[in-house]
Amino acid sequence: MTTTATGPPAAEDEEGGGRTAAGDGDRAGGDPFDHDVLPAPKGASFALLRSLLSPYRPRVWLTTLLLLLQQAAVQAGPLLVAYAIDRAVPAFRDGDRGPLIAVGAGYLGCALASGALQYAFIRSSARISQDVLLELRGRIFRHAQALSVDFHERYTSGRLISRATTDVESLRELLNEGLEELLGVAMAAVYISATLLYLDWGLGGAAVLSFWPLYLLIRSFQRRSMRVYRKRSTAIAAVIVAFTETMNGIRPVQAFRRERANDARFRELNDRHEQSNGDAILEMARYVVGSRLVANTAVAAIVLWGAYRVASGGLALGVLAAAALYLRRLYDPIDRLGMFLNSYQSAAASLEKIAGLLAQRPSVPEPAEPLPLPPRPVEAPGREVVFEEVRFAYRTGGEVLPRFRLTLPAGQTVAVVGATGAGKSTLAKLLARFYDPTEGRVLLDGVDLRALATPDLRRGVVMVTQEAFLFSGTVADNIAIGRPDATREEVERAARAIGAHDFIAALPDGYDTDVRKRGGRISAGQRQLVAFARALLADPSVLILDEATSSLDIPGERAVQRAMDTVLRGRTAVVIAHRLSTVEIADRVLVMDGGRIVEDGTPGELVSGEGRFAALHQAWRDSLV
Amino acid sequence: MATTSERPRDQESGAAPRRRSATRSLLRLWPYVRPVRARLFTAVPVAIVASCLGLAIPLVLKWMVDGPVADRDPGGVWLGGAVLLALGVAEAGLFGVRRWLVARPLASVEAEMRAGLYRHLQRLPLSFHDRWASGQLLSRATTDLMLLRMFLAFPLTFLVVNGVTVLAGFALLLSQEWTLGLVLVVPAVPLVILCSYFEKRYSTVARAVQDQTGDLTTVVEEGVLGVRIVKGFGRHRSQARAFRALSLGVRSTELRKAGLLAAIWALIMTLPELAIGAALMLGTVQVADGELSAGTLVAFLSTALTLRWPVESLGFLLAMSQDAATATDRYFEVMDEVPAAAGDRPAPAGAPVVPRQRDQSRGGLRFEGVEFRFADAPADAPPVLRGVDLHIRPGETMALVGATGSGKTTLTALVPRLQEPTRGRITLDGRDITALPREELRALVAVAFEEPTLFSATAGENVLMGADGADRADLLRALEVAQAGFVHALPEGDRTQVGEQGLSLSGGQRQRLALARAVVGRPRFLVLDDPLSALDVHTEALVEAALRQVLATTTALVVAHRPSTVLLADRVALLSGGRITAVGTHQQLLRDSAEYRQLMSGDESAEGEERR
Repeated sequence: MTTTATGPPAAEDEEGGGRTAAGDGDRAGGDPFDHDVLPAPKGASFALLRSLLSPYRPRVWLTTLLLLLQQAAVQAGPLLVAYAIDRAVPAFRDGDRGPLIAVGAGYLGCALASGALQYAFIRSSARISQDVLLELRGRIFRHAQALSVDFHERYTSGRLISRATTDVESLRELLNEGLEELLGVAMAAVYISATLLYLDWGLGGAAVLSFWPLYLLIRSFQRRSMRVYRKRSTAIAAVIVAFTETMNGIRPVQAFRRERANDARFRELNDRHEQSNGDAILEMARYVVGSRLVANTAVAAIVLWGAYRVASGGLALGVLAAAALYLRRLYDPIDRLGMFLNSYQSAAASLEKIAGLLAQRPSVPEPAEPLPLPPRPVEAPGREVVFEEVRFAYRTGGEVLPRFRLTLPAGQTVAVVGATGAGKSTLAKLLARFYDPTEGRVLLDGVDLRALATPDLRRGVVMVTQEAFLFSGTVADNIAIGRPDATREEVERAARAIGAHDFIAALPDGYDTDVRKRGGRISAGQRQLVAFARALLADPSVLILDEATSSLDIPGERAVQRAMDTVLRGRTAVVIAHRLSTVEIADRVLVMDGGRIVEDGTPGELVSGEGRFAALHQAWRDSLV
Repeated sequence: MATTSERPRDQESGAAPRRRSATRSLLRLWPYVRPVRARLFTAVPVAIVASCLGLAIPLVLKWMVDGPVADRDPGGVWLGGAVLLALGVAEAGLFGVRRWLVARPLASVEAEMRAGLYRHLQRLPLSFHDRWASGQLLSRATTDLMLLRMFLAFPLTFLVVNGVTVLAGFALLLSQEWTLGLVLVVPAVPLVILCSYFEKRYSTVARAVQDQTGDLTTVVEEGVLGVRIVKGFGRHRSQARAFRALSLGVRSTELRKAGLLAAIWALIMTLPELAIGAALMLGTVQVADGELSAGTLVAFLSTALTLRWPVESLGFLLAMSQDAATATDRYFEVMDEVPAAAGDRPAPAGAPVVPRQRDQSRGGLRFEGVEFRFADAPADAPPVLRGVDLHIRPGETMALVGATGSGKTTLTALVPRLQEPTRGRITLDGRDITALPREELRALVAVAFEEPTLFSATAGENVLMGADGADRADLLRALEVAQAGFVHALPEGDRTQVGEQGLSLSGGQRQRLALARAVVGRPRFLVLDDPLSALDVHTEALVEAALRQVLATTTALVVAHRPSTVLLADRVALLSGGRITAVGTHQQLLRDSAEYRQLMSGDESAEGEERR
């Protein structure tokens, strides 16, 4: 666990200043990101559901048909009872066994058919719901991955995770347990009403009339519980965020004795969830009691009326018996309908949140019609990068990089230096296309980055950042993220080139060491080396190193720098470093301040000059031994 | 990426799967249920009465059919109707009372268990957290606890209620007409047996689904937390493929689960219907023969119908109980882990107060023969630290230098007892740290980690959590020391929310806040793990200047990678091969130790320049 980057993925230095302004604007305007539910167009959840179901239309029909037949078989029972009492009894007294045998055979057939059909129906509907869930999970996951880095910087990981887990889970519950219930109940209501109307229009009519108060009840329940459930799911999301934050930051939690303060804070969130959870359960209780009351009153009234009519000779006894049995069947599932509504409510709330997430358009979209990169001759020293009249500002206002032009010739190694907040990382993110420029274009060998398909872009540009996140899996797997089809030799070569081989070989299982199981064993510096090897293996024509050596010790850094000579050959490189040792390997240095490039020259020129770089360089020399 | 199950139990106890008893598992819930037992157990008789009222309804029906209806007495019918209505209202009301009784208590049990889990997890040693993926912990705090609440809401009550109802109903049936009753009662036996057979298999599959879902959660978390890398390498397709493979696994297990469910339902549909069909035939013959009144037949069938739900429900109530037992096991799997503090021996009463400054040789921070090996390291692997002896004198600042992976960070984690040495001891001013209560120890020792973590709180609170009772003046001073003046420029100054639910700060900014947090309480002992790594040269120089004043008055251990940081210290210790191989001033070590020279300059031949 300690392998994961602790805490939220932080924005780079530059955001500090930029976000300050952005933060102000957002607060005034009500930032949607402050809330759990992202805005989605009206009807988005329904459209989402429809699009999820549409590939399975034939199966949906088949399943519906199965249910229709199954309900027909089930609901035939009381009809047979009526027939038995009114026809078979007198016939049997007259010595005619035919009707009795018919009743028996009918009942047997219906029982077997209803069981078999139920079996088929559950399997068939499970297929649909599992396929839908599979698709939905995949969509959320893919979408979360497709959304731009700026989205991830604003929408916290905890909330994103609960979209893909808790919210999908509540939908799963609905599909697994609720939907067949609802369909079954609806179908039963139709069948029973029709049968009762057929047997006696008066009793049938009375039963149908009882649907009205039930409908009102359900509607009011739905309205009220929607609020409660939404509150509850927001509350649980807050609980999850707090929980995850603590578990991922357990070291400082323990070191700073945060346990008690955390307990208190967690308790507050947890209590809020308890409150809304209790509200939800009570809302449900109110509904169940109400529906029972209506149902029991209706049964009493209808049976009373039926019995009165039988007593006055206006109705056959068998019909009354069938009606009494049917009414039980009609109203019994209403409790369970409540359970279904329960899961329906939370699923609807979840679906809305999911739809809100899926409605977010990536601010760095994939091109509809990608352009190819011009083929790169083998002897070409990397690719040329041009920032053409580029300006970058946050969508909420704060300008980070005023309009500038910059050309990085192919094969050049460019160091970017400057104080915290100068705009270095934003420049790098524009080049890596984590952000798109607000104005202007970033060109790679003359092709706008926005026109490149992802595989081309990533063969072109790779960025190594300071936070070296390791995924679960082996060390080799982690390096191979750079190029999944790489052989073990190639993985090792990349690790050797950067000086990571020795420590990897010393791990318990070498390259096959599971980074999660030996979680804390891989230090921050070692992780940076793995990240480096990963980037090398990807073999991009443009390599961006953003503080990529910050956690290395001096020998490690020196080793990396020595390796750079060979590693950077044949590539264009942008190196951002606080430590100026890196500058020594650069062909050119850019000094940034307040989002502008204030100095630009070879290291030699700048050191000997009077500018900021000379001062920075002097400070750095002083810091060395 | 290949994502395998993260559950450590696979490696630990997986070899011999323990035979679980669902009841025994569930009994462990008692301490949590105890506080709400009054309401919970009042609800049971209420529900039993309500349920049995339902059984009375067919009897009224029978009385009506055989009495007023048969007698053609429309007036008598009214009485029956009134009784039916009264029964119905009472039944609904009692069920309402039951739900009202249990609603809040159940929510509170769930919340209590969650808070308990959270409290416990916070106090488990780091070695536990290293083993467990947070996704697995989270699924215990959410899904499993929800299952438990459901269990307390339904199966716990209704296994009893429905059991009683079924027995009462059967008694009623048999007492009225035993032949007909027998036809209805007998199939219930194979039904319950078959159901519980399927339920058992079902619960195995259900557990598999739970575990697979936990793994899926881990992949989701990684996909989100590592999104920059996924994007930076254009790996989202392969991530999506890995995710898809796992979700396909979940899907196929879910389908297996659905297959079992389908079988159970088919049974539940068919068997009772067959019984009712047989009863109907038999009953029709008896009515025709005049042995049975029509009212009794109607009442019979109506009772059978009333009993269907209680009988059917036994199966799924048992299944829910199984699920709940599984969830309970998963919950206690974590709760049974021993908290870090459990093995603490309390400081002996009236422990001799060690004179602090008098005895120079005992004061300060001292490591004596400290050995450390990771609990799950293979037995033949050498320990990370094997015999560290180091003495930091009171008021002294010691830099700790060593190659990457030499165990520096591990050594620093031992001081606040985030990890425990496997051998040897560490003393603070002569007192063994294991004799100090953890709280006190950690108040005495402030730490700044290489990876600074901020919590969802204001910037100011994040700093102030470093000390109890620190005030605003301390906060400002600490921000000054750490050169964290940027805080004042945040939208709401030091009251700006940061962390997971607030403003994202850069690595350098976080590091400075973490440093401020470490120094805010003017701790007697300070442990800094490469505290300036993410700072730019200018800021670093400023922080160093300010930090020098703080270090002048504390006993400090500073992990250093660079000469500039080393120069903060009075002396330097070189950690190599799990031992301290050299201690001395920077110049001494530069002169005497080739390894140190290499670490500081990256170049064996580089010569140390005099700077101080």
